[in-house]
This record gives sequence, C-alpha cells and structure tokens, in this order.
Amino acid sequence: MKDKLFKILLFASAVIILLLTAGIVYALVGKSLDVFQEYGVWGFLSNAEWDPRSATEEYGAFSFVIGTLYTSFFALLLCVPFSLPVALFNGEYFKGKKISSFVSSVVDLLAGIPSIVYGLWGFYTLRPLVIELGVNAQGFGIFLSSIVLAVMIIPYASSLSTEFLSMVPNNLKEGAYSLGATQIEVIQHISLPMASSGIVASYILALGRALGETMAVTMLIGNTNNIPSGLRDTGNTMASIIANQFGEADGLKLSALIAIGLLLFVITAIINFIAKLVMKKLAAV
Amino acid sequence: MENIKETNGAQPILQLKNVSISYTPGKKAVDNVSADIYPNTITAIMGPSGCGKSTLLRGINRMHDLYPNVKTTGEIYLKGRNVLTMNAMEVRRMAGMVFQQPNPFPTMSIYDNVLAGYSLNGIRLGKKEKDEIVRESLQSVALWDEVKDVMNKRGSFLSGGQQQRLCIARTLALKPEVLLMDEPTSALDPISTNKIEELLLGLKRQFTIIIVTHNMSQAARISDNSMFMFLGELIEYNNTTQMFTKPQHKKTEEYLTGVFG
Repeated sequence: MKDKLFKILLFASAVIILLLTAGIVYALVGKSLDVFQEYGVWGFLSNAEWDPRSATEEYGAFSFVIGTLYTSFFALLLCVPFSLPVALFNGEYFKGKKISSFVSSVVDLLAGIPSIVYGLWGFYTLRPLVIELGVNAQGFGIFLSSIVLAVMIIPYASSLSTEFLSMVPNNLKEGAYSLGATQIEVIQHISLPMASSGIVASYILALGRALGETMAVTMLIGNTNNIPSGLRDTGNTMASIIANQFGEADGLKLSALIAIGLLLFVITAIINFIAKLVMKKLAAV
Repeated sequence: MENIKETNGAQPILQLKNVSISYTPGKKAVDNVSADIYPNTITAIMGPSGCGKSTLLRGINRMHDLYPNVKTTGEIYLKGRNVLTMNAMEVRRMAGMVFQQPNPFPTMSIYDNVLAGYSLNGIRLGKKEKDEIVRESLQSVALWDEVKDVMNKRGSFLSGGQQQRLCIARTLALKPEVLLMDEPTSALDPISTNKIEELLLGLKRQFTIIIVTHNMSQAARISDNSMFMFLGELIEYNNTTQMFTKPQHKKTEEYLTGVFG
C-alpha cells in the first residue's frame, strides 16, 4: 500500500514537471503567433531591423541572433585555454589530491557568483581596462561581454571535463605507462582521446549556458539594436534585448520579444540535445 | 635449500637483491626478497591473495612510481643495470608488462595498438618498418591470421583472448628483455588460456618471462622455475618440478596441497 502511494506521488511530480514545460512552451508559442503572422517565421528571423517607433514599427530578430552567437562563441574560445588546463590539473595530474579538491572548490565558487555581481565587476573593473586597451571609447560591447561570459562558463566547462578525464580507466593509463610513455604522452595519446567526446560535450553545455546568460551581458554589451560589426562593436543578445525592453512592451513588440524568448529556448534545447548525443557516443566506446 | 633452478647455463638476466616494497610506512607488502631470474626461462610467482606477488612484479618495471606513497628499497639489476636508478621509461621498455584485464587502447585500431609503444614514445617509423613490426608481433602471438583483414578495426572489437594476445603483441613489439605478466589469463576462458600458455612456451625462446599466477596447475604446466610467496616473503624459489614434487618448506607444501590458498 505504502509502495503504491509512493509510486503515485513520484509519478505525479514527474507529470507536473512535464506539464510545466509543456505549459511554458504553449505560452511562448501562443504569444509569439502575432509576430509570426505579421512577418512569417523566416521573415522575423532574417530581418535585422528593430524599430519600435509607432510610425515605422518593424521587428526582426536577426541582429540579436548574431549578437548572441558572437558573444557566446567568442566566450567559448576564451574559456578553453583556462578550463582545459584546470581539468587536466584536477582530473589527471593531481587527481584525488587535496590541492585538486581545493582548486575545484574555488572553481565551483566561480559558478556560485550571481550574474549581477559579474555584471558589476565587468562594469567597474574590466570596462576601464578595456577602454585603456583601446578596444573602444566606452568599453561596452561584444569584447567586454565575452570576457565576462568566458569567466562565467569556465566552472561548467572545467568541472565537467574533469569528470570525464578522471573517468578514463586506470588500466589503460597503466598500459601506456608500461610501454614507457611519460605522463604528457599518456595525456596526449590516451586520456584526451578517451575523454574527447565528453570534453566536447562539456563545452557544448557551457555554450548553452553562455547563450542564455542575461544580466551580466545586458549590463555590458552596450544595448544597440544592430548587427555588431566586430568584437569592438556594441550590440544586443537575444536575452539582453528581452531584459532591456520587456518593461515597456505591448502589442506586436511584446509578441516579438516573446518570439525571441521562444527562439532562445529552442536553440538552448537543441544545444543540450547535441551535447547528450555526443556523450552517448562516448558511452559506446 | 637445495638449489636446482633451471639456469640454461647462463648468468641471471634479472637480479633482485633484498627488495622490499611498502604501501604504507612500516608495513612491507614485499619483504626482503632476493632472487635471480635466468634468461629464456618462465618463472612463475605463486602465493595466496595479498602475498605481494603482483606488488613484486610491478616493482620490477617501476610501476609503483605512479603512486607516490609506494616505497621500494633494495636493488634490482636488469642486464646488470640498476633498475631503481635508471630512467623509468627506459626500464619499462626493457621490461614489458601484460595485465590481468586485457587493456587494448579503445581509441586505436588493432594496427595502431601494436605500434602504441612506438607512437606513445614519439618514435616515428616508416610505413614499411611499421608493417613489418605489426606482422611480426602479431605472428608471434598467433593473431596475424585472425586479424590481418581487420587491421583498421578497433582493438576492443576482438574477443577477450584475442585482446590479451594483442596486448602481448603490443609489448613484444618493443623487443623487451623481460616479459612481466600479472595473472594474464585469469580473466579468460579455458580455451583462450590454453592458447596463451602454448604461446608463452614458444616465446621463451626469445624472451624471459615472469608470470604471476593464481593457478597452480598453470605454473606446473608452463614454468621452469617457481617462486612461492607468503605474507610478502619469498618462502621458496626452485625448479618447478622440484617444488611441486618435493617442496622444501612446510608452507609451500600446505599451499600446494590446498591447506590454504
């Protein structure tokens, strides 16, 4: 009897989560219909014009899609040379040692810092440095946001990669050592190839994080509604345009913002799905 | 102790002198072991679980270096050179090791597995040389005919027994002086075990083999000399026939007759 009750409870919570997700998707799709009817799905996605003035009102998501991809991929690129060494340090060189658990707790601490704090740090500490570097006059823009984003996703990428590196079976490493390999050779020829799909999956998941990151980016990207011309330029991401404009939005503009939200949701879901596929391939080896 | 070890009339290729190994300070897993190993013989190391036989074997090719709290003392000479002061990578190339679980590298093809010792050490070989080493090594473990058409498949695609022979081939490819085998057949079925035993009898013509085994009849079948270890000590080391028919030590006799084990 108790067993059955427990089963029903578990089932109920699983169903509630499913319903919740379905409800969010339903609401997003329902509210975006207006803008899709106005411009067509492709028309909305491929239009770089975002003009909320009532006389010339026109909405397109393209600039923000580009802004998002730009910042996220650049952040990912910046994050690799920091997170991979951390993963090798914790998962290979100092695996199971006190120093490695200390380093990984510090890295995990980075993940616990609220986005708004990163935003403040970027605004007051990094922005003056970026200006000094001569990137641009105000400091705001793709470059500054990407640096902060990179720091924010390092803990995700490194802790997952560490996990995959430390899963490389010891008997394979011993096999390689017994053939006279050095530690670097073992890492290069055994550990990294074995963990490669897992490491790639970690970076894909980190990318997913970067795509949706809102607060810090909104504070640092400069908030201009055009396609960024380069790293020095300002722009907007999908998340930051929503954060900037939802307060005063109604009608078609609100629908456009919600459609961008839906798009972000779909892209993140696809990214996570790809990461899962890659990890499945790892399990098959 | 009456000493009628099989020596092939040669000087020892490997000499252990007062070797002790401990995982925790003050507790010896291998306690003051001295023994001479002769070329082109198979030497079996027997003993109950935890007697230190694998620990001793792994001491010979410095595998304990990988774990910082393991301490090895004494002297080990391989072809007259002190193993404990040599470069560990060089020692391991001279003393190849085969493990209990077959461990072909799953990210490499069969072909690349055989050559792993070279690629891991950054030694570049020409295509012709590579082909030759692969063919020779696989032939010497009687695997060539079985895999010559599937060279590009992954090593993990083979059966357990084939994988273990691939691992032996991978070790032989480096032309080691000594082959250290840590219960190489304990994860295999009887037919694969049989194949590997036959193989070892042939291989001893070119190599010196030390095999740790749990299986007394295996030791009796293939080895020339046998060691019996108990609680980290080398209790008895003798010609295998002698040891199995007239053990010198009471403990050896008890072990061989199954009083404990």
